[in-house]
Amino acid sequence: MPDELLFGLYIFVLAAFVGYQVIYRVPPLLHTPLMSGTNAISGISLVGSLVAAGAHYNTVSTALGFIAVTCATINVVGGFMITDRMLKMFKKRDGNPS
Amino acid sequence: MTGSLIQVAYLAASVLFILGLKGMSSPETARRGMLQAALGMFLAIVGTLFHQDIISYEWIIVGIVIGSAIGAAMAIFMPMTAMPERIALSHSFGGLAAALVGVSEYYRHAAELGAFKTGAIGFEVVLGALTFTGSLMAFGKLQGMITGVPVTYRFQNVSNISLLAITLGIVVYLIFVPSHQMLFYLMLGLGFLLGILLVLPIGGADMPVVISLLNSYAGLAASATGFVLSNNILIISGALDGSSGFLLSIMMSKAMNRSFRNVLFGAFGAVTEEALSETRSVAGAINEGTIEDAATVLWNAQTTVIVPGYGMAVSQAQHALRELVDLLDSANATVKYAIHPVAGRMPGHMNVLLAEANVPYDQIYDLDDINGEFSRTDAVLVVGANDVVNPAAKTNPASPIYGMPVLNVEEARTVIVLKRSMKPGFAGIENELFVQPNTMMVFGDAKKTITRLVEELKK
Repeated sequence: MPDELLFGLYIFVLAAFVGYQVIYRVPPLLHTPLMSGTNAISGISLVGSLVAAGAHYNTVSTALGFIAVTCATINVVGGFMITDRMLKMFKKRDGNPS
Repeated sequence: MTGSLIQVAYLAASVLFILGLKGMSSPETARRGMLQAALGMFLAIVGTLFHQDIISYEWIIVGIVIGSAIGAAMAIFMPMTAMPERIALSHSFGGLAAALVGVSEYYRHAAELGAFKTGAIGFEVVLGALTFTGSLMAFGKLQGMITGVPVTYRFQNVSNISLLAITLGIVVYLIFVPSHQMLFYLMLGLGFLLGILLVLPIGGADMPVVISLLNSYAGLAASATGFVLSNNILIISGALDGSSGFLLSIMMSKAMNRSFRNVLFGAFGAVTEEALSETRSVAGAINEGTIEDAATVLWNAQTTVIVPGYGMAVSQAQHALRELVDLLDSANATVKYAIHPVAGRMPGHMNVLLAEANVPYDQIYDLDDINGEFSRTDAVLVVGANDVVNPAAKTNPASPIYGMPVLNVEEARTVIVLKRSMKPGFAGIENELFVQPNTMMVFGDAKKTITRLVEELKK
């Protein structure tokens, strides 16, 4: 097994473990914002698309990268904005926004 | 030098993502948490722009501008009621982006890829493609463009599982023979096809599980991209997203007392003839009430519990409902909302709609917190919920939903059920609750009924 794979698995397993622990504490009340929030975070695939779109490896890679950048940006921008819009609505009885 | 700067930005972003998710443990810290996560994203993107391979920015800028415009427009103009659709769409974008990056990497390196990278690309492309079409299918079903009734045919499970096995077989084969291009594109096509076929037999009532599962796949696809590009931030964020979606799907399945396997291959809602005739026998005398009857019951109740369901979302009754509750509140009655984990079409669906209608979240109770209180409740108002209040889940072992935790509304003194008609719910199951002596059925559109109730109570 190459070191790179082992190293990647290391990170993957630990991150998944942390994710599980952290997300376990999210109340059902916030499950929808959680979903749209994690979706915005997974828009991080933008980082991979950026390199494909800007590197000029070849036309196909650039074109695919460009589409991927567009899709991922929709998720990042739209995801964070709508999560915030949703969270703004959650208020306590006294009427103060959380 | 820039390489290590990028890594520092990624590390900071990872920490900010985890802190952001941690903030989600309470509505008081959630907004700040998401701001931290957004800051992390910003750092990661800016850091990446310094990547040595990037030599021109024109396509990046065009892509980001178009993507931001579409994303912002969707965020600003999409009504809250369309939230399940938006989430399904964003999963499909995430899946597509991952699949395309995978294809681009394969196209670029094809033969010279090592076994490990090819394997990672295989998973990335299959998961990404499957998430893309699967989420589009979910979107179509939620929009009503594709029938929400499970589509089944003979040998469906056998053919789906074989197809899945063939696809995985190709992934494994490519690990040993990475240069076989035709197989690679066949695998991509199979990924797209699988997404369609796997969501086809899943009914509308199971959407919360499917959406959570697709959320998880989108995350895993991003993680696989990280393995392909040797990019740690992708691996970490994908793992966070993947475990979040996975955990949510487990919670949703539990709330329906069904296994993953059962949701994915059970084609719930395609009730067999036998089960139908079994449950039909519960039919009895229906106690139909008028608006005035319902208003009297609510007016005299000291304690009232509201149980919203998908019907509330369909008729957008949340604002009218809030008005009704305010009226009862001002008459010194105690009013609570009880929300079943799978009410609606995605996890937390009802909470968002109620929040939109300015319902304070400390008035909303989860299944476990409120189930002991129904026997001490004067009136329950069921707004477009069906399966989650069906006592058959506790009493009738022949019922398809037997064993599912439900809200014990029938224990209350009076139950008022607002429903469009006597048609059975999504799962096609008759509801014993509707024929119980302490149940009053009020037929009609939920929003109109509640508006008329408010007028009646104001008198």
